[in-house]
Amino acid sequence: MVNSNLATFSDWSFNSALAIYLVVLVLHAAEYGFTRNPDRKRELVGAGGPEIAPDLGSTITQGRTLPERLGRTAVALTVLAAGLHAVSLLLRGLATQRVPWGNMYEFGSAICLVAVVSWLVVLRKHDVRHIGAFVVLPMLLLLFVAGKLLYVEAAPLMPALRSYWITIHVSAAILASGVFLVSGVASLLYLIRLPHEANPERFAGMGPKLPTSAALDRLSYRLTVFAFPIFTFGIIAGAIWAESAWGRYWGWDPKETVSFISWVIYAGYLHARATAGWRGSRSAWVNVLGFATMIFNLFFVNLVTTGLHSYAGV
Amino acid sequence: MATIAFLRNTWRGLTSMRTALILLFLLALAALPGALLPQRLTASDKVAKYFEDNPNLAPVLDRMGLFNVFGSVWFSAIYVLLFISLVGCLVPRTAEYFKQMRAKPVLTPRNLARLPHHAESTVDSPAADVVAAARERLRGWRTDVRVEDDGSHTISAEKGFLREAGNLVFHFALMGMLVAIALGKMFGFEGQVIIHSGDAQGFCNSGIYAYDSFRPGLRVDGTELKPFCMRVDSFEATFLRNGQADSFHAKVSYQDADDLETGAWRQAGLEVNHPLRLAGGTVYLLGHGYSPRFTVTFPDGQKRTEATQWQTMNTVTLLSQGATKFDPPGVTDPEKRRTGQLAVTGLFAPTAAFEGTLMTSVFPDLRDPAVAVDVMRGDLGNESGKGQSIFEIDKSMVDSGRLKKVARQNLRIGEEIALDDGTRIRFDGVGRWVGVQVGYDPGRLGVLIAGVLVLLGLGASLSIKRRRVWLRATPAPEGAESARTVVEVGGLARTDQAGYGEEFTTLAADLLRPGKER
Ligand code: HEM
Repeated sequence: MVNSNLATFSDWSFNSALAIYLVVLVLHAAEYGFTRNPDRKRELVGAGGPEIAPDLGSTITQGRTLPERLGRTAVALTVLAAGLHAVSLLLRGLATQRVPWGNMYEFGSAICLVAVVSWLVVLRKHDVRHIGAFVVLPMLLLLFVAGKLLYVEAAPLMPALRSYWITIHVSAAILASGVFLVSGVASLLYLIRLPHEANPERFAGMGPKLPTSAALDRLSYRLTVFAFPIFTFGIIAGAIWAESAWGRYWGWDPKETVSFISWVIYAGYLHARATAGWRGSRSAWVNVLGFATMIFNLFFVNLVTTGLHSYAGV
Repeated sequence: MATIAFLRNTWRGLTSMRTALILLFLLALAALPGALLPQRLTASDKVAKYFEDNPNLAPVLDRMGLFNVFGSVWFSAIYVLLFISLVGCLVPRTAEYFKQMRAKPVLTPRNLARLPHHAESTVDSPAADVVAAARERLRGWRTDVRVEDDGSHTISAEKGFLREAGNLVFHFALMGMLVAIALGKMFGFEGQVIIHSGDAQGFCNSGIYAYDSFRPGLRVDGTELKPFCMRVDSFEATFLRNGQADSFHAKVSYQDADDLETGAWRQAGLEVNHPLRLAGGTVYLLGHGYSPRFTVTFPDGQKRTEATQWQTMNTVTLLSQGATKFDPPGVTDPEKRRTGQLAVTGLFAPTAAFEGTLMTSVFPDLRDPAVAVDVMRGDLGNESGKGQSIFEIDKSMVDSGRLKKVARQNLRIGEEIALDDGTRIRFDGVGRWVGVQVGYDPGRLGVLIAGVLVLLGLGASLSIKRRRVWLRATPAPEGAESARTVVEVGGLARTDQAGYGEEFTTLAADLLRPGKER
């Protein structure tokens, strides 16, 4: 029933992608490390005005600087790794004749792929390449946990999961989670950059190299605004599925409960940005908290508690 | 006066954005113990275990309602306050929205250069033409053209009203969803029942008594159930080689409300994820299990056959336990009857493996079924007035010596146990049962509709930008040599949504070159 050749190739692609991401991380870290702090004058102008941080790596006249070359290589390798990553999921799907997100390993891997792809999309529009390490690091950690600790052999789905709703509901959850990850990273960086802008002594090491707080804020907001309706849709689709699988659309199963909490917190984030006294760092914290609850749902609820959700106890 | 002021302030406070935000966070926080601690609603067995493991802590937590978070007073208080706040917030906003819909776009500000987006140029066309062309370009925007005292022509335009509409729809739909959920909770019910495969009588949704367990809504007393009947004709489960369940399929016959009059039976398949939707409720396949069949041949030659469902103990191997009980036939003397009752109790394995005489199950399918049973004789306690479990014998009867073990043996199909008095107990075969849940929730459709509206409202609200653009075309002062017009454009995004810049840039470029269009 399971094509074990394809499954083996899938694992092979996965491991290659993992290895390349590791190289990407090192390159981005080097890019970041070799980038010189922009001089203060330029930065003060930057803080209030232009939307995007000055392109820190490049000096206008000579060809590419070392950091820029490192960064560009990292992005090229990211594309390659993302390709292999996608292939590994595709082959899993083909090997098992089902969607490739039927257990926590596959689910976690798919979230990471979404995060990487959203990161690449962000890169096309925003000049934020030099913070790549901060995005790749958490993604890679998650991918490592999924691939090395939660790995399971390719197998068909259990009957409870055999429904077209798994395509709809779980893919929405994956899409939203991956985008929330990148958004959460942007908010965390914002929380470093903002105090630095108010007082250059604070986070004097990291602060100057980060994009402006305005740019980071906009980035995280846009990503969350993109992901939140998808997440909402995922929850509603899950309720519809639960209605036909378990006889009720909502039953406060642990996983449902934590999704509810995440949803309410993200709704709180969107509210906070429209509430006096809550814009800025407070709402950024809320966004980070939202992602923390998503991670909590992924690990704690799946691995520690047991509910009806069949990924539990892998 | 003071009370009115107090009430007004309270109301204002309650309906402020900040309060709504705090209440949202409180709601999230309040739900958290619902995920961290076992809940009566979903895992009453785990709650009991928690009490055993934490005998000191558990009662304290229980008093705070932490094992029933979603039914607790404080959880309800938070969401009720939140929704009151929501009403208080929505009513004025809706009124404001309709007022704005009819209002003209705001007058062009005196100094457009002060706006976040601004552009300027000088063109040859007369001011009136510039404005006319701009109006053409701004088709789809709400526009207002004015001529100012100094002869400048201005146009103010606004777009993106649907954003606020979407936001209102979203919030109203949330309220609608709460109402629909409440309706379902009041007028719905949920019941569980076990049906034997092949049992001609089946199950009828005719009253609460027909169920093994029943959870009524607040306004349900069981007298108004819409009747339907169903029986399970056959049940089939397939398993992968590693024992993982592969598929369950029950063939059922049913009579929905209308069929009950005509007496017609319809056929359907019941599967996980494929419930049977009837007028009286939706029937879900929840689980399945085995019922070993025993025939007792009494010393006088009379026979009795029973196949009671046994309870699944291990969901992977389907090792089951249970008690099949017999009354000696033809005995009228109650005293005699009470000393001669029999129970066959112990374990059933669909695929048995033995370690010495200890039996376990190694596979969930019926490959090599066997039972490991004790035969108990005496008083089963049926007349004690206590409710009897169908899965167990009454332990107190054993303890008081009125029920005694008279044999212990492992049996495969066809094998039998002989008792000292000549009674023979034969293990005949195995039947199957399925556990179904019947759910009736009249609020369901409403919740779904509200959910779709939530999504549509959210989509509109988060993707549409509310933005304004103004244009002022000032003719060159009279007597000036060239008849050139100074055109200024200013723009303002009214919402949090970033990214008006690009749109404004292209828009301004078009507006500043009126001649070049098309
Ligand atoms: C039942 C709980 C509530 C939830 C889950 C919720 C959720 C949301 C969400 C997700 C948004 C952002 C999407 C959008 O702009 O449409 C939003 C916006 C908004 N909500 Fe709520 N809300 C709730 C209650 C309230 C209450 C009680 C108020 C009034 C005090 C309120 C006022 C607003 C306002 C004014 C906005 C627009 C903010 C903006 O312009 O960005 N909401 N709400």
